[in-house]
Amino acid sequence: MTKKSSVKDAVTQIDRAHALHLLHQMLRIRRLEEKSAELYSSMKIRGFLHLYIGEEAVAVGVIEVLKPEDNVVATYREHAHALLRGMSAGVIMAEMYGKQEGCSRGRGGSMHLFDVKTRLFGGNAIVGGGLPLAVGLALADKMQGKQHVTCCFFGDGAVAEGEFHESMNLASLWQLPVLFICENNLYAMGTALRFSHSVTDLASKASAYAVAAASVDGMDALAVEAAAKHAATAVRAGKGPYFLECRTYRFRPHSMFDAELYRSKAEVEEWKKRDPIVTLIQCLEDLGLFRETDLQELELQVATEIEEAVTFAEAGAWEPVEELMRFVYSEREAK
Amino acid sequence: MKTHNQMAKLTYREAIREAIREAMQKDERVFLMGEDVGRYGGSYAVSMGLLEEFGPERIRDTPLSESTFVGAGIGAALGGMRPIVEIMTVNFSLLAMDQIVNNAATYLHMSGGQFNVPLVIRMATGGGRQVAAQHSHSLEGWYAHIPGIKVLTPATIEDARGMLWTALQDPDPVLIFEHAGLYNMGGEVSINAGPVDIDQARIRRSGRDLTIITYGGSLFKALNAAETVAKEDIDVEVIDLRTLRPLDDQTFLDSVAKTHRAVVVDEGWRSVGISAEISARIMEGVFYELDAPVERICSAEVPIPYAKHMEYTALPQVETIVTTVKRMVHHDG
Repeated sequence: MTKKSSVKDAVTQIDRAHALHLLHQMLRIRRLEEKSAELYSSMKIRGFLHLYIGEEAVAVGVIEVLKPEDNVVATYREHAHALLRGMSAGVIMAEMYGKQEGCSRGRGGSMHLFDVKTRLFGGNAIVGGGLPLAVGLALADKMQGKQHVTCCFFGDGAVAEGEFHESMNLASLWQLPVLFICENNLYAMGTALRFSHSVTDLASKASAYAVAAASVDGMDALAVEAAAKHAATAVRAGKGPYFLECRTYRFRPHSMFDAELYRSKAEVEEWKKRDPIVTLIQCLEDLGLFRETDLQELELQVATEIEEAVTFAEAGAWEPVEELMRFVYSEREAK
Repeated sequence: MKTHNQMAKLTYREAIREAIREAMQKDERVFLMGEDVGRYGGSYAVSMGLLEEFGPERIRDTPLSESTFVGAGIGAALGGMRPIVEIMTVNFSLLAMDQIVNNAATYLHMSGGQFNVPLVIRMATGGGRQVAAQHSHSLEGWYAHIPGIKVLTPATIEDARGMLWTALQDPDPVLIFEHAGLYNMGGEVSINAGPVDIDQARIRRSGRDLTIITYGGSLFKALNAAETVAKEDIDVEVIDLRTLRPLDDQTFLDSVAKTHRAVVVDEGWRSVGISAEISARIMEGVFYELDAPVERICSAEVPIPYAKHMEYTALPQVETIVTTVKRMVHHDG
């Protein structure tokens, strides 16, 4: 049931403007994350901070194929997903600063980005905890006759959780429109896949629940996009859930507290050769579609965006402590 | 033609079933899901007949996946539905603790007010039926510890009938704990019985000498004890908390200010339980009104045993309440 999506298929249909758009998106994430790390070091951002550097092609490729009315459920490593869904870098940054202008008014921080406008349902810090929510969102859509897709991101670590297996079973049993995206970065925090899974072919686990499943090179934005498009089309057509494993790698530590004792520098360097940004540029160059000024132009745009985001967060206000008890219970009646 | 004084005989079980039926009829977003709610008719037969009436789309049998069907309830609530999730018993709810505590209770807050979770979760609670340690928990007090959720403990037929609709109107997650020993209890309610509030305690028996504060299955033990001591001219006020979070402490504080003595009866364990919370609030609120220390009658600090005589001894009983009340009143300093 699992099959490899062909990168070539995607490349043959390559469109320069579109490829540059994907590159732009990856650069936005990369620079936002780098700036976040820097601001963590200067203590502007605190708590847990999990960076997506190295994994950009996954969120970019997948979110590209979603529609505004689709739902997204993400993990604690979700700055990219929020940004790509349309939350501004400034609002993300303000949330990480703990400012009132943040999406959650400073109550969530890096791990809990939420946005009702772009249907981003968190930002969940419990590994696997978002999968049942995605099942329920899809159930609601199906019961209301809506043709939406609920896209649920999670890591290889979550595949070991009971909630993964329960959610696969239920989504398959009820034929719910969930696009399960496994961001397999090979490590559940510091435990390698081979030390936590008896079967390391993760797509086969979805297949066991009769969920359509495929694996794709998660370092290749075009390949991810093509595979996600195929998957989302099937889900939207009412063919039930789909599991897409994106094989990727995190270049940075798990969080800012991680000494990375569990993997070698050589391994990280090896993966960096497959940097998704470099890979896409290389692909465009090979096809003669990349101009020397392209990168400079994109970097300039991105630098401005990130700079403005930091300025926005810096200028933000602290939520008055008088507001502490808000949002424990609703302040309005249910409709 | 219905009139206001017409009464209907219902069991506690039937009252909840009627409440579910009415909610399903009134609001098409409402649906019921849980283990054995459909074809089996509900593990306590609460939903018997509802599958035939509403069909499998709205009366959904789920696999034995508590964490996921509770989480799916949260997701469906976020997605615009009004789910009623039935967890067979409170002990199985521990398998869904992650979803209840980490998601349902936090989403509104973590999202800065963007995402409320209008979800109702029902489950059976309590001991007294010889089903041993794992099926006799009273953990509603645990859940009452958590900000972000509401915890209801209907004891009367009227509350069994009326709390559900109010809970479904609530924008936030509401947990309803139905004492398993009450399902067969019969009683009368007005055939026009409608929604009831879910934020006020009720004085179920007025008295002047001592206040018993209780809820759920223990309410009737307390009322029974009150009638027993009444024969000795001890006049006990019995308060049914009805809701453990948010806790209406004003009702019992006013009562204790009047009677000057308080006993808390709770089927949960004594240590770190809701009884400790109530006692503390009395101390904080009306300490100088007390003529005697607050006493607590709770379950013995053991896993609830199977054998009838041991289980009986482990749980709060009428005799214990009677003895305690008499001692407190007669030992008047």
